[in-house]
Amino acid sequence: MTDTAPAVDNGVNVDALFGARSALSDSPEIAKFEWRSTVSWVKGTHSLSEVETFYGLGGEQAHTKKFTFDADHPPQFAAEDHGITPVEYVLVALGSCLTAGIASVAQVRQVKLNSVKATVAADFDLHGILGADPNVRNGFSNVTVNYEIDADASQEDIEAIVAQSQKRSAVYDALTNPTNVSVNVNASS
Amino acid sequence: MPTATTVVIGAGHSGLAVSRHLAERSIDHVVVERGQVAHSWRTQRWDSLRLLTPNWMTRLPGHRYEGDDPDGYLTAAEVARFVGDYAEASAAPVRTETTVTAVRAGDDGFTVATDQGEWRCATVVLAAGITTAPLPALAEALPPGIESVAALDYRNPERLPEGGVLVVGGAASGVQIAEEIHRSGRPVTLATGEHVRVPRRYRGRDILWWLDAAGVLDQRWDEMDDVVRARNLASFQLVGGERTVDFNALQRQGVHLVGKLAGIRDGTAQFSGSLRNVTSLADLKLNRLLHSIDEFAGGTGERPEPTVVPNDPTLLLDLRSGAIRTVVWATGIKPDFSWLELPVFDHRGRLRHEGGVVDWPGLYVTGLPVLRRRRSTFIDGAAADAADLVDHLDGYLSGRAAQASQTSG
Repeated sequence: MTDTAPAVDNGVNVDALFGARSALSDSPEIAKFEWRSTVSWVKGTHSLSEVETFYGLGGEQAHTKKFTFDADHPPQFAAEDHGITPVEYVLVALGSCLTAGIASVAQVRQVKLNSVKATVAADFDLHGILGADPNVRNGFSNVTVNYEIDADASQEDIEAIVAQSQKRSAVYDALTNPTNVSVNVNASS
Repeated sequence: MPTATTVVIGAGHSGLAVSRHLAERSIDHVVVERGQVAHSWRTQRWDSLRLLTPNWMTRLPGHRYEGDDPDGYLTAAEVARFVGDYAEASAAPVRTETTVTAVRAGDDGFTVATDQGEWRCATVVLAAGITTAPLPALAEALPPGIESVAALDYRNPERLPEGGVLVVGGAASGVQIAEEIHRSGRPVTLATGEHVRVPRRYRGRDILWWLDAAGVLDQRWDEMDDVVRARNLASFQLVGGERTVDFNALQRQGVHLVGKLAGIRDGTAQFSGSLRNVTSLADLKLNRLLHSIDEFAGGTGERPEPTVVPNDPTLLLDLRSGAIRTVVWATGIKPDFSWLELPVFDHRGRLRHEGGVVDWPGLYVTGLPVLRRRRSTFIDGAAADAADLVDHLDGYLSGRAAQASQTSG
């Protein structure tokens, strides 16, 4: 990249991203990140999560402000609907991660995006979490993302951008591959 | 201690091509070889293996395939004979049964330690090939009772236990091994991550004829957008023969296709849910490649069908149920530089070099994928790579000589 502005600008700072990649080869330790959120039970199935700090680039970091997220369940689950369900947060995470990836890849490939919309849907069988059928898993049985994209590129080039976005997506990876999860408890009474 | 100007490590096609160029420039040298000439071709190939490249591409400096089947594909034994004939025709100074144990910095150059004694030399060319197949870490979690075979050690289906086989890897080795094991009557599950799909033939020609004619094989390493990626790409999904071994063909024969092997937990294999995306990526890249051939040739050819993915790809497979008796790991091969005692590796253990010129004066490496051009991946790349590297090496020696005469003058 030169000091002239790129011809196409989807608002993604590609120079910074590539700068980060070359910096990583010099000092790989700055690539180690830890993402965090805290969660407090409120009442019933309602909880409040906060996200503010993370670790990365060799030190403690913070967002520009604290973000808060209510999670609950709808009246159909005999709850008060103070927020979306946890599984819906998973869909939010997947959709926003893939979409950020599409914008970044399109920027690198100099493809101007006019609009990008998707519906994210997950198939789910309640038997799992209710413990009613041991053959049904708790999580999703299938996840579908349908993109509607208007961009200055051929159908094939747009498909390639979406495929590349999946290949580089953290949330897509977290959903499609197993991850070790440790839940620890410090109990008091 | 014996001395030579150059020690070449490895008497395969790459090392012998370098030797030929050194001899032409009257640079005295020795080629040390752990076994016999073309050792890997004799000892680390499965029985049915044939070259992926057609015979007309089997050519080295001053030596080429001259049989009556230029469009055929050599067997591993035929390659070994071809390389052996080359060593003889070139009268290459090969020391067989000489295994290198260390390469160190020495007075005014290098010391090459072998099990037959040490050599002192001004320059070293690493041409030892790609001889190790480290298993992925998750292989350790395989439940007991399951045979575990690396593709480099695989020979034929009959040596495997009866029963189901999980083949891990969708590059050339994985698809070929999956196909022949399946034909032996053992049910095969094939796990694949990213892979490179190409048709054996396109518009009436071998795919490699097109890549050669269109200049793709001559793309230089220092003119690529991302040479690291190019060097790490899986091998073409091809077999040395007329037939196609893509996932559609394998699935039609009854091979069960699953996503990348992502974990083994409590005796259960976990496959990635990304199968659809990796096949889409491969189809998109395939079409881009064929499009570039069409642009070169004019007109359009018939495109292969998109890869069919099972409706509901398997995510979990119980390895303790008895359905799987063997796992074959076709997960890639790596060069072995464990004996190279010089600070020439990056933080990920990769040799630091620019197109084979190692980041250490007088040290060179050859015989690696996309070393100086795409053609480097194939036997056919050894000629141009050897010419370039020996030219550089000769220049280095001249510079040293000039410096020495200045110092002494």
